[in-house]
Amino acid sequence: MLLVYIARRILWAIPLLFAVSLIAFALITAPPGDYLTTFAATLAQSGDVVDEARLDALRERYGFDQPFIIQYFRWIGGVLQGDFGISFEWQQPVSQLIWERMALSVTLALATLMFTWAMALPIGIYSAVRKYSIGDYFFTTIGFIGLATPNFLFALVLMYVAVVHFGSDVSGLFSEQYQDAPWSLAKMGDLAAHIWIPVIILGTSATASLVRIMRANLLDELHRPYVTTARAKGLSEWRLILKYPVRIAINPFISTIGWAFPQLISGAVITAFVLSLPTSGPLMLQALLAQDMYLAGAFILLLCCLSIVGMLVSDILLAVIDPRIRFR
Amino acid sequence: MTTKSEIDPRALEQSPEDFASQWRLIWLAFRRHKLAMTGAIIILLLYVIGLFAEFLAPFDPNATSSSDIFHPPQMIRFIDRDAEGGWSFSPHVIAMTMERDSFTLETSYALDPDKKIYLDFFAKGDPYELWGLFPMERHLLTTENPDEHFFLFGADRLGRDMLSRTIFGTRVSMSIGLIGVSLSLVLGLILGGISGFYGGRVDMFIQRVVELVISLPTIPIWLGLSAALPQDWSPLARYFAITVILSLVAWTELARVVRGRFLALRTEDFVTAARLDGGSRKRVIFRHMMPSMVSHIIASVTLAIPVMIIAETSLSFLGLGLTPPIISWGVLLKEAQNIRSISEAPWLFVPGGAVVIAVLALNFLGDGLRDAADPYSQDNH
Amino acid sequence: MKQTAMKPDAETTVLELKNLTTEFITKKGAFRAVDDVSLELHAGKTLCVVGESGSGKSVMSRSILQIVDPPGQVTGGEALLHRHRTARTGGFEETIDLLQLDPKSKAIRNLRGRDIAMIFQEPMSSLSPVHRIGDQVGEAIRLHEAVSKKEARERTLELLRKVEIPDPGKAIDQFPFEFSGGMRQRAMIAMALSCNPTVLIADEPTTALDVTIQAEILDLIRSIQDESDMAVMFITHDMGVVAEIADEIAVMRFGKVVETGDVYEIFENPQHHYTQRLLNSVRELDHPSERRLAMRETRPVGAPILVSDKVSKVFGASKKWWGKENRGLTAVNEAKLELRKGENLGIVGESGSGKTTLGRCLQRVHEVTDGRILYTNDTGQERDLASLTEDQLAQPWRDIRTVFQDPFSSLNPRMTIGQIIAEPLIVEGKLTGPQIRDRVHELLELVGLPVTAYMRYPHAFSGGQRQRVSIARAIAPNPRIIIADEATSALDVSLRTQILDLLLDLQERLDLSFILISHDIAVIRYFCDRIAVMYRGQIVETGDTETVCQNPQHAYTQSLLSAVPVADPRVRGQKQRVRYSESSQRT
Repeated sequence: MLLVYIARRILWAIPLLFAVSLIAFALITAPPGDYLTTFAATLAQSGDVVDEARLDALRERYGFDQPFIIQYFRWIGGVLQGDFGISFEWQQPVSQLIWERMALSVTLALATLMFTWAMALPIGIYSAVRKYSIGDYFFTTIGFIGLATPNFLFALVLMYVAVVHFGSDVSGLFSEQYQDAPWSLAKMGDLAAHIWIPVIILGTSATASLVRIMRANLLDELHRPYVTTARAKGLSEWRLILKYPVRIAINPFISTIGWAFPQLISGAVITAFVLSLPTSGPLMLQALLAQDMYLAGAFILLLCCLSIVGMLVSDILLAVIDPRIRFR
Repeated sequence: MTTKSEIDPRALEQSPEDFASQWRLIWLAFRRHKLAMTGAIIILLLYVIGLFAEFLAPFDPNATSSSDIFHPPQMIRFIDRDAEGGWSFSPHVIAMTMERDSFTLETSYALDPDKKIYLDFFAKGDPYELWGLFPMERHLLTTENPDEHFFLFGADRLGRDMLSRTIFGTRVSMSIGLIGVSLSLVLGLILGGISGFYGGRVDMFIQRVVELVISLPTIPIWLGLSAALPQDWSPLARYFAITVILSLVAWTELARVVRGRFLALRTEDFVTAARLDGGSRKRVIFRHMMPSMVSHIIASVTLAIPVMIIAETSLSFLGLGLTPPIISWGVLLKEAQNIRSISEAPWLFVPGGAVVIAVLALNFLGDGLRDAADPYSQDNH
Repeated sequence: MKQTAMKPDAETTVLELKNLTTEFITKKGAFRAVDDVSLELHAGKTLCVVGESGSGKSVMSRSILQIVDPPGQVTGGEALLHRHRTARTGGFEETIDLLQLDPKSKAIRNLRGRDIAMIFQEPMSSLSPVHRIGDQVGEAIRLHEAVSKKEARERTLELLRKVEIPDPGKAIDQFPFEFSGGMRQRAMIAMALSCNPTVLIADEPTTALDVTIQAEILDLIRSIQDESDMAVMFITHDMGVVAEIADEIAVMRFGKVVETGDVYEIFENPQHHYTQRLLNSVRELDHPSERRLAMRETRPVGAPILVSDKVSKVFGASKKWWGKENRGLTAVNEAKLELRKGENLGIVGESGSGKTTLGRCLQRVHEVTDGRILYTNDTGQERDLASLTEDQLAQPWRDIRTVFQDPFSSLNPRMTIGQIIAEPLIVEGKLTGPQIRDRVHELLELVGLPVTAYMRYPHAFSGGQRQRVSIARAIAPNPRIIIADEATSALDVSLRTQILDLLLDLQERLDLSFILISHDIAVIRYFCDRIAVMYRGQIVETGDTETVCQNPQHAYTQSLLSAVPVADPRVRGQKQRVRYSESSQRT
């Protein structure tokens, strides 16, 4: 039953991935002007000799004189072999630029997700069980403000406070000496020491919305007949709340992997830019602003794919923990 | 009837709400929500500010002044004390003068207690055309002397008045939320309605499209689309393009709400009854189903506006959304992008405060509306 | 352990309620849901608490263990549990006042599920959907007794066997939604029995079940009680069930107990007028209505006007694009039926029998998969409704009207009563505004509602009054046929006859024919001239109501009728229960 369900979900992800790659490619080709002309112009600007033969080779490779759909298939064919095209701004293959940054982005998102869960679960349960208590009001207020503040604004304010009152710079993910150093245990430690500020900034609004969801769901479940049944059995109040209604209200938490995780990665774009983190965000922004579309397209494609994979994972997890879904 | 004599003696007082229509019941429920009421008032105020921005702003938001670069905020005083100790009502601010350190060339401002700048209500100031139609020059509050300036919220790096700019930003940011949501609503209503009403294959197809759009990460798509906009478009064209981009991604939630309600309602007995009463499809939908949906839709719409506002602000902040000369909160916040300018002029955060207030108020309002949207829910059990 | 308990004398009081009062504290003030209730439960005996909806019987039962949901609060009285009389304390004198214990204390938790266990009305929502049956049933054992996991599992299997759940080894690891309603209630009973309770409180445990399954559950509870000497408090609104299982009765109304006593005495000689009325309305229902019989004398039944000719309805059949065919669910299978002019036809069946679907097909609310629906209109012209489009159905829909089951969802809460009743008239477009208004006033009077109802909204009315509004809407365009789908099921017994009498009254005045769909044989017997019995989408038997009820031919009809509880304790156990083989497989 479960395997059939998983297989079906995976099959359904394939057309989605296809559609998403089409959209990403449409974005790549959307800016007016021919990619090669821009490329040649940049080369000329930087004083390089425009090598006609090379341009022809590129034209041939990417099929720029061909219709959209053929261009798309050439591009996606390359992507499937790990070739994302060339960044004309960096004069490097895109694939050399993106992977480390994507890895850092994913690390950051995972850390944020952990933080979010660790905060939201207990707070959500507390707020629902002690509805309208002082603690509930306190968390609700914080939550509302957390939801209402755009992440980048929160980051800016935090930076301002750090600089003006503590004289320290909170941007970046590494200390200076590790910035370009190869990966080592010490560098990992340095990352761990720096990552918590962006984690808090990114995690606050996600935590706020999860607390609200958890609270609302749990409030719905708390008065279900099965809770009365459990109470009539003689279970203690906390034990029965944790065993029954929380167990059922927790489903949305599992689905957070589906929406919060990709949202954290893509939402981090702006925060990462403000905090100048060496993640995918700032590079993607830069590429978008410079209309360096192969680089930007690669990021968009990867982020979209991550979203779909995230949804897939959360659907499967949901089916694992909730028998009703897999039997449907 | 026999039942009349059989009234439960414990029954609480009969409510006077027997004659109350849906909207009255919703209003009664909504009114009890203090936060939501506050939110409603704030939102109303913000839209009024947006509507009369030219009149309410003391100055032309684009007027620069080289002598007022990063001018700090001033306190407004309403009571003036003259030399003899007499009192009079005349609003004024204490002037500040710029000083430049001759060695470091850094500027700073010092209070000049002897110099007062007098303000006047409904005084003549920078001329403007209200809504592009009525040429006027009166402002709610401006300096008596048009050559003088005052800065309640400080000034930016070109000496422009942040208060006037924030007021003009209100117009753009609040309206982009409203227009964007209206576009999403049209899309959501049409697609969600079709999906919910026809069901079957049409529903399948639309649901798949919704699923696809939902699985797209919004921010990169927004960024990508905005980046793809031609750079040479006029500000107005850009404004509408950004609105369209925002709503293209945001309609799915509304479509889901509409479809969900539609499906739920379609199986309600009273809708079947309406069909059997001989009502046409149109009548069944608009006379019988719509009234049950409208309140829910209004609530969802209200909750969708803040998302739009934050999105616009973020895009503009990055330089991918609206660009000067349009003034929006996001455009204004772009000025606060680097740590040097904000540590020097923290009042550049003021538009950020406006964003937070607007979004909070809209969320409160939306939550209150959602809770009040179905005044019959406890009736069913 | 249980077996060592000596057989107590006739009356061993194990639980005693004295002046129990429970209030719901709201902004508008305190609402007394349970008002000064005093009761006694005896070992080995069943006390039935009877009352209509809102009488406070359910809250009362929850107050004993202090598990009333807020804002409900026990505000007074005593609930004395005489533990020493149940051989639990080994003979020590021990009486506990449950209401003195803190609702969250360990002391009361130790008694919940062990000394006093409960089962509830909705077996689906009363079980957690995501925990396995074995886990939920065995939980109380692990909680109250120091046993190993393995031992608890053994005991759970034993319990499942005891409540006759087939294949306990498999069932123990299944989820509630894999069970049928009857099986779920058996699992609930197993759960309640897990610690051999002294008192079992059963809160409407059979209300959500079909009669045949209800009969089995009642049998089960009785046989368990015979073995264990448990005291049972059985809460129900159904006098038939009371007559079937009660030793003693307590009648509740408006939060108070109005009468208590021995079951035979109360059925024979009820003292309180409310008890009398309850019994009257139940007894009335089990016989043909005098009024109907009289009417048929003066106005004989005419020719068939609505005929179902082998109507079938299949849901969800589709050919998937990868070629796998989905057969769908056959809800109605070649139903043959005819309604004659001026008669009342009853369609009876249990849940899932397809009776509602058939009703909706006859009116062509649903598309029909196969077969013909022949309707003869007042000019004698016959048409097949099955082939008509929605536009062409406008006139037939004015002739054939519906009264729905749920008086709450069938009226649009956003329209006034006047607007609701006027709707078919407005759509028809024959009358002017003032004429419609007059007509609605006339209709309101016809169904026994005050004219002042016109401007009010449905939320101002009770269930019975709403059903009258629904009837007024149905008769507004001068119909010829009314299909009433469980039109009285959501109402209390005392209101049922009122509504049925109203329908008969309208039949006499307006020359109507009725199709009444119901699961309740008593209602059909009262109201219908002929009956059609449905089982799994098929009509298994049709005929004159009295003939079928007294001498059923089909095995399913026999089992159905034998399962219906008779509201007379004297005939208890005399009736030979017939089990229909197919149905017993499912339970």
